[in-house]
Amino acid sequence: MAKLNGSQMIMQALKAEGVEVVFGYPGGAALNIFDETYKQKDFKVVLTRHEQACAHAADGYARASGKVGVCIVTSGPGFTNTITGIATAYMDSIPLVIISGQVANSLIGTDAFQEIDAIGISRPCVKHNFLVKTIEELPRVLKEAFYIARSGRPGPVHIDIPKDISAAIGDFEYPDEISIKTYKPTYKGNAKQIKKIVELISESKKPLLYLGGGVISSGASDLVRELVEFSGIPALETLMALGVLRSDDELNLAMVGMHGKYATNMAMSESDLIIALGARFDDRVTGKLSEFAKSAKIVHVDIDPSSISKIVTADYPVVGDVKTVLEDMMPRIKELVKKENYKEWRESIKRYNSIHPLKFEDSDDVLKPQWVIKESAKIVNSDDAIIVTDVGQHQMWVAQFYPFNKPRTLLTSGGLGTMGYGLPAALGAGFASSSHVINFNGDGGFLMNVQELQTLAENDIPVITIILNNRFLGMVRQWQTLFYDERYSSTDLDNKQPDFVKLAEAFGGFGYRVNTKDEFRNALKFALSQKKFSIIDVRVDRFENVVPMVPAGGALYNMILK
Amino acid sequence: MDRRLISVIVLNEHGVLSRIVGLFSGRGYNIDSLTVAPIPESEFSRVSIVTSGDERAFEQIIKQLYKLIPVYKIIEADEFVDKELVLVKIPLAENLSGLDAVLKSYNGSIANSDDKHLIIMASDDSVRIDNFIKTMKKYSPTDIVRSGSVIIEVRE
Repeated sequence: MAKLNGSQMIMQALKAEGVEVVFGYPGGAALNIFDETYKQKDFKVVLTRHEQACAHAADGYARASGKVGVCIVTSGPGFTNTITGIATAYMDSIPLVIISGQVANSLIGTDAFQEIDAIGISRPCVKHNFLVKTIEELPRVLKEAFYIARSGRPGPVHIDIPKDISAAIGDFEYPDEISIKTYKPTYKGNAKQIKKIVELISESKKPLLYLGGGVISSGASDLVRELVEFSGIPALETLMALGVLRSDDELNLAMVGMHGKYATNMAMSESDLIIALGARFDDRVTGKLSEFAKSAKIVHVDIDPSSISKIVTADYPVVGDVKTVLEDMMPRIKELVKKENYKEWRESIKRYNSIHPLKFEDSDDVLKPQWVIKESAKIVNSDDAIIVTDVGQHQMWVAQFYPFNKPRTLLTSGGLGTMGYGLPAALGAGFASSSHVINFNGDGGFLMNVQELQTLAENDIPVITIILNNRFLGMVRQWQTLFYDERYSSTDLDNKQPDFVKLAEAFGGFGYRVNTKDEFRNALKFALSQKKFSIIDVRVDRFENVVPMVPAGGALYNMILK
Repeated sequence: MDRRLISVIVLNEHGVLSRIVGLFSGRGYNIDSLTVAPIPESEFSRVSIVTSGDERAFEQIIKQLYKLIPVYKIIEADEFVDKELVLVKIPLAENLSGLDAVLKSYNGSIANSDDKHLIIMASDDSVRIDNFIKTMKKYSPTDIVRSGSVIIEVRE
């Protein structure tokens, strides 16, 4: 059996897990580990410029690639900085392994320099965490961390490694298989229940597939496409599920919820059978609970039992992996379900769509953010392009107007709504894919992790950031307009911004400021041809609102339409 | 708000109790009492939790507990034997007449004595422990220490 030190064991584990890239930021308690990364050539180590960005980059990499994202940080402030990134991944069920250095075991609990109770801090926002107390347990802990992160409902797993453990020498044998007595995710759904659900579908008049991010993480997108095509059942997507269906699929009702389409929200409100697949009935989706889908029976398929009946009581719960459950369901569906049964239902949704289609009022005097997004899709012209967003109005416009056609092509912070997510997540995506990576950002959120321009420059990652610049914290401003009598407290950024063009140049990329449609087209085309990162600072209409909008706590069918 | 009893069997590992307590506090559930000790000759501990809440909250508590990686089993039986322990310190200077009869009726005993105090011990279900404490008040106790419930399911 090989004798290795703790840091070498970490390298061997990363290699065994097929890790291609590690995002990190060094510091005293993690020095042993970083010393080993210096010596090995099996994966790339990317120095981000902030630990929060380190976690977001690993998250962006994981979302784009479907693999586990890895980051290594130091103790104390290094670790506390990563928490927002970890919480972001936790809320969206993204598999990450976060390795943090910790002060030596002998110093734990003494308020040593750069000591913090990292395990205590991460506990509420990780799937699981480990404090490694002995070198003997390290190989097992590393194996378990990757296994837990990627299996069942995926999520971030944190390993805190004291400095004496990363230096200690021990026997190393990396386990091939892992079995954790207390952790056995259920993949296969209950056969009787599945049978019953198919019967229910065949008897329903207005069924609706409600697709969540779990469809993408379970790899069920192709099966869902097959199901929709065969059954003729209309499907709607949460923000996290955009791309499961093609945007031009007639049965794709697009995004539901607070900023969902009129027809989609009305369909949800009128359906008699909602089949939720890997979706968790977020409050941004349901609106006022007592008014949500009042005439519908609820089927809920989810790998996480605690998601079922948490918000909306499921009449027909199925605990299982969406893909496995659908595989079991399909043969029976092909026997019992008839496309023509739902013709009337499809027609009525179509009518809703024609009454209030998703639209915006374009202008030649001022650039409209929605136009910029639609035009970007035309110019990029690739189903493989990875679109990243930050959080706010631009995020909702991208969700509404960008035509997503493939899963894993939209990376966005759904559950936590983390401003500052976009740029570092785009950086991570740049390591996962050779496709174009376009980061739509607001002017506010962009400055929250702007230092990562340096990481893009250093690694020649040609992310294009399109700042939809309205000189406002736009979504907050929209709420202030609608609900706070236009008191724009702390949201007006006019004349309070850096020169984004000079900023891009200062970090070694390209910068463009655009005010007209032609300027935008030219800038984006030029940026797409470059091998360096670009920032396109698009001056858009300052007071454009995201509509439709269901006011917080309102019923889904009561939308502000203009 | 019903009183609920749950036994949680967990792996004996670093920080497992704080995971459980953190789950309750992070999600706004109440813990009325909590006791924990290793299960003899095993790698597990048994955590006895008394909580309160409606059916829906209780169902979530169970599901969320199962989500914790070190949780092996959760026992929600219809019928538990539910016992608490109470220790009461009373000054010897008090008039102790009738104490014997009280101890008898609560199956109590004297756990310790010195020249100034008696320490009385009783073990019973929660309601009877309430009553016992009320009864003991007349002896002007200087300290009362009450444990959480220790519970075991009546049937497998």
